[in-house]
Amino acid sequence: MSAPSTNREVVISVRGIVNGFGGQVIHDHIDLDIVRGEVMGVVGGSGTGKSVLLRSIIGLNHPLEGTITAFGKKITDADNMEMRALQMRWGVLFQEGALFSSQTVAENIQVPLREYTTMSQELMNEIASMKLSMVGLPEDTAKKYPSELSGGMKKRAGLARALALDPELLFLDEPTAGLDPISAANFDILVRDLQKSLGLTVVMVTHDIDTLRATTDRIAVLVDKKIRVGTMDELRKDPHPWIHEYFSGVRGRAALAS
Amino acid sequence: MVSLSDVRPVEERAWFKTERQQNAFRFIVGGDWTLPEVPRLDPKLRALDLTRAGTAEIDGTALDKLDTAGAWLLLRTKRKLEAAGAKVNVFTIPKIYGPLFDTLERDHTAPPVVIPHRGGFNYFLYRIGRGFMHSVNQAYEMMGYLGRVTVETVETIGPQKQLRWAAFVHQIEETGINALPIVGLLSFLIGVVLAYQGADQLKRFGAEIFTINLLGVSILREVGGLLTAIIIAGRSGSAFTAQIGTMRVNEEVDAMQTIGLNTVDVLVLPRIAGLVVALPFLTFFSDVMGMLGGAVMCYADLGISVPAFLRQLQTAISLNTFLVGMIKAPVFAFVIGLVGCFEGLKVERNAESVGRLTTRSVVESVFFVIVLDAGFSIMFSILGI
Repeated sequence: MSAPSTNREVVISVRGIVNGFGGQVIHDHIDLDIVRGEVMGVVGGSGTGKSVLLRSIIGLNHPLEGTITAFGKKITDADNMEMRALQMRWGVLFQEGALFSSQTVAENIQVPLREYTTMSQELMNEIASMKLSMVGLPEDTAKKYPSELSGGMKKRAGLARALALDPELLFLDEPTAGLDPISAANFDILVRDLQKSLGLTVVMVTHDIDTLRATTDRIAVLVDKKIRVGTMDELRKDPHPWIHEYFSGVRGRAALAS
Repeated sequence: MVSLSDVRPVEERAWFKTERQQNAFRFIVGGDWTLPEVPRLDPKLRALDLTRAGTAEIDGTALDKLDTAGAWLLLRTKRKLEAAGAKVNVFTIPKIYGPLFDTLERDHTAPPVVIPHRGGFNYFLYRIGRGFMHSVNQAYEMMGYLGRVTVETVETIGPQKQLRWAAFVHQIEETGINALPIVGLLSFLIGVVLAYQGADQLKRFGAEIFTINLLGVSILREVGGLLTAIIIAGRSGSAFTAQIGTMRVNEEVDAMQTIGLNTVDVLVLPRIAGLVVALPFLTFFSDVMGMLGGAVMCYADLGISVPAFLRQLQTAISLNTFLVGMIKAPVFAFVIGLVGCFEGLKVERNAESVGRLTTRSVVESVFFVIVLDAGFSIMFSILGI
């Protein structure tokens, strides 16, 4: 897991982003490049704006300043049509899965398929059940409603929906938070497997240092309203107190020792 | 409308062909087997005749691109061949897609779940049955709940428990005082409307003065109380359900129980008691505002001065007319509060059920208010009041 070489295609490029709420700046001119095929982890303390950065990239939050380019298209001034075209190329998994509560899991997975393709209901059912088995959910989950699922199952179902259109890019917001260690470890393997077999690019916000070690190629750390990017080994040598504490604290050492 | 094929243009159109030599079957595929092409391929693949093959070969060396949807079609075809008794002894796809296909083949073993079609006569019957059973259960549960609230209310009168006065007073402010403007305005307008319509009809008989009788009896006996109860059902009944429901979603109600607080004591009784106190006052206010609206209209339309209006009103109504209207208010309040809190406590741990039960709470309390009003009418007519 070495740092990707610089000549590879940059799928997302963030330049000079400023974000803030109520007069308080949380991102102060941040730059970030995400390269095709890598798994990028985003970490930072509470309130450092990890989710805000993710929401900015997927266009849910409009930054005060700066530009974000995805697949060569500026998100910050894309019109509706261009934005929809971009949205078809990525899948997003929200923290709690964000499944549509009035629909069954199978219908949830079929929403993007129904919206953007012309396939028959029979094929959609087959694809939904295939996606479910890809994320490791039993077949009977298809008929269930989100309120009947546990937290971990909701996340998996949300991932299945995010994967419905075979996206090139996958955004995960705290995919392992609230999961038991075994489920979390399985999730790590799942993400890594999917990334390998589908050639996905993954951007993952997480607190979980085990997940970072198991899945990511590079890590972006949000500290002091700025961002520092590097591999885990590089960041462990970083003298910044928060980063040092994060990777070399008790939990960090335990995770890295294993 | 953007479609997937505009965004991900297909470089090589997907194709497949089949060859048969005696009982050997060859299935050759190529091009981009990706999601935009899958809807086109699917019906053709389904129509393929895969029987009577002894051995089969699937040749995917000409594939340019493969994603999970395309891989699924390949896998499905392979499984169909196998199910038809063929032995798939050669299966080649480009090396980079090996892991993808293997993952699918390993994980996806069960047949797809058939999602029942929602429609048709059977489903219609099913929904009627489900709706009926739901109403029966609802009635049964609400009776149980009514019993519990009654017992707890009686206990509050005894020495071992006390009503939570701060919450009680807060509820009077919230459901009573804060509702004054809307109740007052609407009652005034209804008074105006009733007076105008009444005057219009009675003028033909030269009996305009009886507009005041009409106003007095209808507003004091029926309209004032009913209108106020319906406004409050929409305003406070829904608020009860939404407040308690949100607390259910956040597990606040569960937290209360673990701390040893009685949820009926803390959440339900102050609300119901507050409403039972506030609604009669609101009804009285509504009566006054309604009469005021009527008086304004009588003056403007018929030229009846306020002293003349009051004199006629005194002959038209007795104290009983007023009391008949007022006696209903606490009963309406109790039902609105009961239904609002009952539905709130039934909320499950998801946001959707808050909305659903809030709607249901308003519909049910308006329903009960009108049914009870009809019941009161029948009772008063039997009693001859």
